[in-house]
Amino acid sequence: MKVRVDEDKCCGFAACLSVAPKVFDIDSDQIAVVLVDGELPEDLHACAREAAEACPTDAILIEE
Amino acid sequence: MDVLIVGASVAGVATADTLRAQGLQGRIVLLDADPHLPYDKPPLSKQALKPGWEDSKGWLRPEAHYRDNGIELVLGRAARALDAERRVVTLDDGTALSADTVVLATGVRARRLPEPSMLPGVFTIRTWADSRALRDELARRPRLVIVGGGFIGAEVASVAAELGADVTIVEALQHPFQQLFGPEVAAALASRHTAHGVRLRCGQGVDRLEGDGRVERVVLTDGEVLDADVVLLGLGAQPATDWLRGSGVELADGVVCDQFGRTTRTGIYAAGDVAAWWNPVTGVHERIEHWTTAKEQGTAVAHTISGDERGVGKVPYFWSDQHGGRLQFLGTSEGHDRSEVVHGSLGSDEYVVLYSKAGRVIGALGLAAARHLMRYRLLVEQRARLAELEVAS
Ligand SMILES: Cc1cc2nc3c(=O)[nH]c(=O)nc-3n(C[C@H](O)[C@H](O)[C@H](O)COP(=O)(O)OP(=O)(O)OC[C@H]3O[C@@H](n4cnc5c(N)ncnc54)[C@H](O)[C@@H]3O)c2cc1C
Repeated sequence: MKVRVDEDKCCGFAACLSVAPKVFDIDSDQIAVVLVDGELPEDLHACAREAAEACPTDAILIEE
Repeated sequence: MDVLIVGASVAGVATADTLRAQGLQGRIVLLDADPHLPYDKPPLSKQALKPGWEDSKGWLRPEAHYRDNGIELVLGRAARALDAERRVVTLDDGTALSADTVVLATGVRARRLPEPSMLPGVFTIRTWADSRALRDELARRPRLVIVGGGFIGAEVASVAAELGADVTIVEALQHPFQQLFGPEVAAALASRHTAHGVRLRCGQGVDRLEGDGRVERVVLTDGEVLDADVVLLGLGAQPATDWLRGSGVELADGVVCDQFGRTTRTGIYAAGDVAAWWNPVTGVHERIEHWTTAKEQGTAVAHTISGDERGVGKVPYFWSDQHGGRLQFLGTSEGHDRSEVVHGSLGSDEYVVLYSKAGRVIGALGLAAARHLMRYRLLVEQRARLAELEVAS
C-alpha cells in the first residue's frame, strides 16, 4: 500500500495526525505530509485507511 | 426512491455520493445552474488566481465518477420554482423534474453594489468563471481596490500582492475581522497586510464606483477617491433562496431545518451554505458558510433520508490562506467576552488564540499552528471551563 496527500485539497484539519501519527505529519504550510517513503508497512495499513476515512476533504489517496 | 438534488457543489455531491454508498437504488439527479463539472470553491480566491492552475485540480470528482455511480448531472440549468406538495422543480427552460425526495443545496450568492456601480472591471468571486476572469485581470498587475476586508478580500489581496498588483483594501470597521476576532487579533492580521505591501483604508464605506464604460474610481463615503483598474467586492453573501419563495418551505436567513436537515415540508431537505440547521447546543437556527460544514451536512442529509438520524459534529471548522500563512478556526467566537493567546504571540507569524464566553471555551483560532490548534478541538467541543484549563496548565 502507498499513501499520498493531495496538497491542493488538504485543509490542514489534521484528523490524520490524531489517527495515524506514524504515517502523517503537518508541514510549515499546515498541509499534511506522508512520513513513510514508498510502501507502507503492513501494521500501518489500518490506521492509514482510518485517516483517509476521517479526512474531511478526501485529500488522502491510498493506492493498493 | 428517486432523489433530486438542486446545487451540485460540496453539499450536493456529498449527498449524492453518500446515498449511493448506502446502496440507494433509485435515480439520483444532480442539478446545477453552473455549466462546469462540479468544482471546489475555496481555490477560487487562492491557488486558482495564480498562473498555471489546472482546472481539473479543482474538480470535486472526476467526470467518470458520476457515470460509474449512476449520478445524472444536469448542468447549466437553473431551478426557478419548487412545488413542495408534489415535489416538482421547474427549470429555467420550462422543464419540470419530479422526485420522491428533493434536497436543496443552492448555497449563497455574493452581495453586490447597486447596479450603477456594477461596471465592467468590478468582480465578485463565487464561480469558476468569476475567478478565471479575475485571474486574467491580475496578470496585468492592475491597481486593485478590494471592498471589504473579510476572508475572500484578504485572500485575494495576498495573491494579488504576490503577483505584483497595487492593492488597497477598503474596510468599514476599524480593522478587518474586528467583530469576529476582537481588536488585538484584528490588529495583528492587519499588520500582515501592511507587511506584504497591501494598503488598508479602514473606518470608511464605499459610496459608489465610477468610470466611463469601465470602473476607474472608487468613491468613499467621506468623499476620498481611489483610482482603480479593477475592483473586487468582498461584501459577504446571501442564501440563494429567491427561487423558493412561495414554495411553502419555511425561509428565514436561509432554509429553516431541524438538526438532521429536514425542512418544514415532508420529503424536502436542505444542506450547506443555504441551510439554517437547528443547533441543539446553542438553541438557535444557524447558517454556517464553511466548506466542512457543507460536506458534513450533505452527508448527514443522505443518512436522514435513509432513516438514520446522525446530524453533524459540534465544532465547525474553517480555514483561510493569507500571505503565506494558514489561518484555522474551530468553533465560534460569537459573543466571546475573553480571548487569550495560548501559543506563540500575536506579533509573530504563529499563534493560537482561545475564545471564551462566561468562563467556557467556545472557539480557537490558529495562524500557522495546526498541530497546536488540534489540541483544543476537544476543549471547544466540551465547552471546557476556562478555570479548569488554567489549573491544568
Ligand atoms: C472564493 C471562495 C473561497 C472560499 N474559501 C473557503 C475556505 O478557505 N475555507 C472554508 O471553509 N470555506 C471556504 N469557502 C466557503 C465554501 O466554499 C462554502 O461553504 C461551500 O462551497 C458551500 O457549499 P454548498 O454546497 O453549500 O454551496 P455552494 O458551494 O455555494 O454551491 C451552490 C451551488 O448551487 C448552484 N445553484 C444556486 N442556485 C441554483 C439554482 N436556482 N438552480 C440550480 N443551481 C443553483 C450554484 O451554481 C452552486 O454551484 C469559500 C467560498 C468561496 C466562494
